[in-house]
Amino acid sequence: MLIFEHSRKNRRNYSQAPATRPAKSNIPDNLKRKSAPLLPEVSEMDTVRHYTRLSQKNFSIDTEFYPLGSCTMKYNPRACNSLAMLPQFLAHHPLAPEDTGQGFLACMYELQEILKDVTGMSAVSLTSMAGAQGELIGITMIRAYHDARGDTERTEIIIPDAAHGTNPATATMCGYKVIEIPTNREGDVDMDALKAAVGPKTAGLMLTNPSTLGVFEKKVAEMSQIVHEAGGLLYYDGANLNAVLGKVKPGDMGFDVIHMNLHKTFSTPHGGGGPGAAPVGVADCLLPYLPIPIVAHEQGVYRWLTEKDRPQSIGRLSAHMGNAGVLLRAYIYVRLLGAEGMFRIAEYATLNANYLMAELRKLGFEIAYPTRRASHEFIVTMKEIKDRTGVTAMHLAKRLLDKGFHAPTVYLCLLIEPAETESKETLDRFVAAMKEILDEIETQPETVKTAPHAMPLKKIDDVKAARELDLVWNPAG
Amino acid sequence: MSVPAELKYAKSHEWIRLEADGTVTIGITQHAQELLGDMVFVELPKTGRSLKQDEDCAVVESVKAASDIYAPISGEVIAVNDEVESSPEKINEDCYSAWLFKLKPGNAAEIDGLLDASGYEELLASEAH
Amino acid sequence: MPFIPHTEDDVAEMLASIGAASIDELFDEIPAELKNGKLTRVPTGMSEMEIARLMYERAQQDGFYLNFIGAGAYEHHIPAAVWQITTRGEFYSSYTPYQAEASQGTLQLLYEYQTMMASLTGMDVSNASLYDGASALAEAALMAVRQHKSSRRILIPQTVHPVYRKVVRTIVKNQKIEVVEVPYDPATGQVAADKLEQFAREEFAALVIPQPNFFGVLEQVDMLTDWAHDKQSLAIAVVNPTALAMLKPPGEWGHQGADIAVGEGQPLGIPLSSGGPYFGFMACKQELVRQMPGRIIGRTTDLEGKEGFALTLQAREQHIRRSKATSNICTNQGLMVTAATIYMALLGPEGLYRVAAQSHANTLTLAERLENLSGVKRAFQGPFFHEVALQLSVPADKVLNKLKAQGVLGGVLLEQDYPELKNTLLICATETKTTADLDKYTEMLQQALTT
Repeated sequence: MLIFEHSRKNRRNYSQAPATRPAKSNIPDNLKRKSAPLLPEVSEMDTVRHYTRLSQKNFSIDTEFYPLGSCTMKYNPRACNSLAMLPQFLAHHPLAPEDTGQGFLACMYELQEILKDVTGMSAVSLTSMAGAQGELIGITMIRAYHDARGDTERTEIIIPDAAHGTNPATATMCGYKVIEIPTNREGDVDMDALKAAVGPKTAGLMLTNPSTLGVFEKKVAEMSQIVHEAGGLLYYDGANLNAVLGKVKPGDMGFDVIHMNLHKTFSTPHGGGGPGAAPVGVADCLLPYLPIPIVAHEQGVYRWLTEKDRPQSIGRLSAHMGNAGVLLRAYIYVRLLGAEGMFRIAEYATLNANYLMAELRKLGFEIAYPTRRASHEFIVTMKEIKDRTGVTAMHLAKRLLDKGFHAPTVYLCLLIEPAETESKETLDRFVAAMKEILDEIETQPETVKTAPHAMPLKKIDDVKAARELDLVWNPAG
Repeated sequence: MSVPAELKYAKSHEWIRLEADGTVTIGITQHAQELLGDMVFVELPKTGRSLKQDEDCAVVESVKAASDIYAPISGEVIAVNDEVESSPEKINEDCYSAWLFKLKPGNAAEIDGLLDASGYEELLASEAH
Repeated sequence: MPFIPHTEDDVAEMLASIGAASIDELFDEIPAELKNGKLTRVPTGMSEMEIARLMYERAQQDGFYLNFIGAGAYEHHIPAAVWQITTRGEFYSSYTPYQAEASQGTLQLLYEYQTMMASLTGMDVSNASLYDGASALAEAALMAVRQHKSSRRILIPQTVHPVYRKVVRTIVKNQKIEVVEVPYDPATGQVAADKLEQFAREEFAALVIPQPNFFGVLEQVDMLTDWAHDKQSLAIAVVNPTALAMLKPPGEWGHQGADIAVGEGQPLGIPLSSGGPYFGFMACKQELVRQMPGRIIGRTTDLEGKEGFALTLQAREQHIRRSKATSNICTNQGLMVTAATIYMALLGPEGLYRVAAQSHANTLTLAERLENLSGVKRAFQGPFFHEVALQLSVPADKVLNKLKAQGVLGGVLLEQDYPELKNTLLICATETKTTADLDKYTEMLQQALTT
């Protein structure tokens, strides 16, 4: 039942809105609204019940294991939320003078310093509001770098075919042509293809390491050399930074610009699809182009750097300071962890992934890159099972929902990332569920193919959703 | 896999029928239809538009994928199939009768460069590996 | 310390299963020369008690002020239920609703949100949100160029938020889209109708129309919308959602209505919070829906015919379309939209109207009182919503400092972005301001002007 269907004409919440309906106005009649918008008229209790019930229809980290590959669904510590929501922080207007926000700015400055250290980059801007925006910033800076050198013939960005879809979409948004290069059987980028692809038109290479295939790109130093020798720059998509935190720094791998997803590695909430935050780090060559604002610390005072301080900056990407409240949560998280905690994250994320991979392999699941270590995630291929039984990765994913586990990331395969915050018992329960499903595939494949069964709804008809677009409720039906 | 012998084919999985009046009719093949799955949206070029060979000129969309349709030969669009725009599922039902658009060829020589049924079957066999 | 539950026994058993001697061995594929375990600027970890103490101190250092600043971010009362429900773990810690059957809560909420925003803006459809108001305008500009096909130029009045204009430039310039600015009428603070004439013969993909504009002034939206449509350009509305409870929605502007409506969603239950996270909203006419970026939810059924919700039109998006996607946007501001939906449900049409009307009346009252002071005059004669620009006869920065010393944030200086507007303050008094607050501001400004 929709909130609108709970609505009764003239039902109101008297305590939440102003008590009176002032008539004082200078708005001309022709600019006034003539009919009320379609908002529900419901009591506070009805509203609370409705949205509490809706929340209960969601899977979440707080309620289920969520092994979504490349999404790093780790526990979101409660302290990060409650301390970021202290009333003074919430009340602070973004355009209030800097001297009224020194406490907040101190947190932002320290976060910049910590992220520089962790990634091995020269400077960090916190403004980016999501991974895709971080990419946009990075590629825009690469363009600014080439343009500033008068090198305007570079029109191509090279991207491995296994990359996340945002990479090619970003390159196109930045006016570049995308050159996709293949991956070899070991899961590494095909070096010959890379060598053939680079040239005077190469503006840069976008790379995720460890890759979306769940393995560490061993020849990253050589790739860096090939691209740099051709005059291009290297972009690091930090989607999988959790796997190498404290082990390898993107700066040491030769990257010129990176974004890091705080909603993954630094445990800010996913919130049902945002807000994210994806600070961007740069090497010296891109320093002048970093987007503003950036926090500076001068003579004991924190202040925002603006266009005046950074005339070559690519500019601004948000009206104020990006997703400031998300950054505050990440700051609290990194202070809780400390340096010693950082090292352990990658270690235990990797331990969990390799353990899960080993256990699933013992059950008979086929691993995509069996000769490789898992990074913090790995791929189970479903080809043999599908060819033999017709059960697909998506069928298996839906059946996992019935067993109380969120599905892994599904392409034609399953990309599984357990994250460091899960205990061995949880992983063992997941393995047991996978075993049950494996048995079902042999004995009663239809049960798997028609899953889910234990959810409030059966499989959703997304073909109907696309063919008969119903995007807005209409009271007339 | 159905690959009618009387049709011509493009590597990007369009079929082309040479009509008696010298025009050509274009659709997508059974292989393309199966790969895309349940069709939910089709966008076709405007009648009168002149297309270059290999120019992307239409889009077919399923829930899980979207695919550009490329002009197999150059020419002027003389008709589009409104029926598949309003009912994209017709492509799934019978992709060889649910045509997309018709062209008046701009360069007849390009037609000779298209694949015949056996050539297209070879292409499918090689892509299966 | 990290949030890791493993006991020593767990680790031993897990390593045995893997067949590795140590955790370190799991990193043996990383070339030794790349390994770098040194962190020099990350401090030692803190306990929850210690970090709480630090954050309390920093929050206290920032303190509370009586705030009259608006300029794109507005202080409104947020009912307690909004964030109590929004921060429930099932909303807070869930992922993007790609697995529809395990995400019906978020999906239904987003469908309700789309319905509310479409109605509020008077448009046919809405997406499930974008990053913020500024980037939403940039996306609308890209969308207009895709739709228009023939022109790659966008007309943006100088009455649009200055930072929005900057963000649009940052985002569209890579695609060789030109931004052309339209001056404002110095008397009214509105888009100068006579200056529009100079663009009459040129082709533009769209005209951006703010309502209210950055000065708080109401634009002649019907005339502007028709002007755009007469020359085959799209009309992009940039609107304040609170104001829409009182003001004619973009879908009803002019003869045909605006084509796209975007704006900053922050006024709908999102705290000021130093500038974010907020959310951008975007609504449009039905015929533009496939050009709209971002996530969109559709109502459908499950295989047994029960009502359900799913992400739809996904083929436009980057994870399928890759380099041909409508935008690289992958995220929406899901949690912020959760709060906004609960906010709109709690207030209802009458409550939201009262918030708007009280904010408008408070600003009008304050403006009248301040105008009566000697040395203060209204910068523009056009009608306004809940912000007003006032010109002072003395240096305005000094006045603001004096107010700040007494705990009042008196507005922002327009001179930074409009050098011609010397000593001019942009002031906002929302429904959160009492009569006593307005008195206090008036008294303090009077003192500051005379001392």
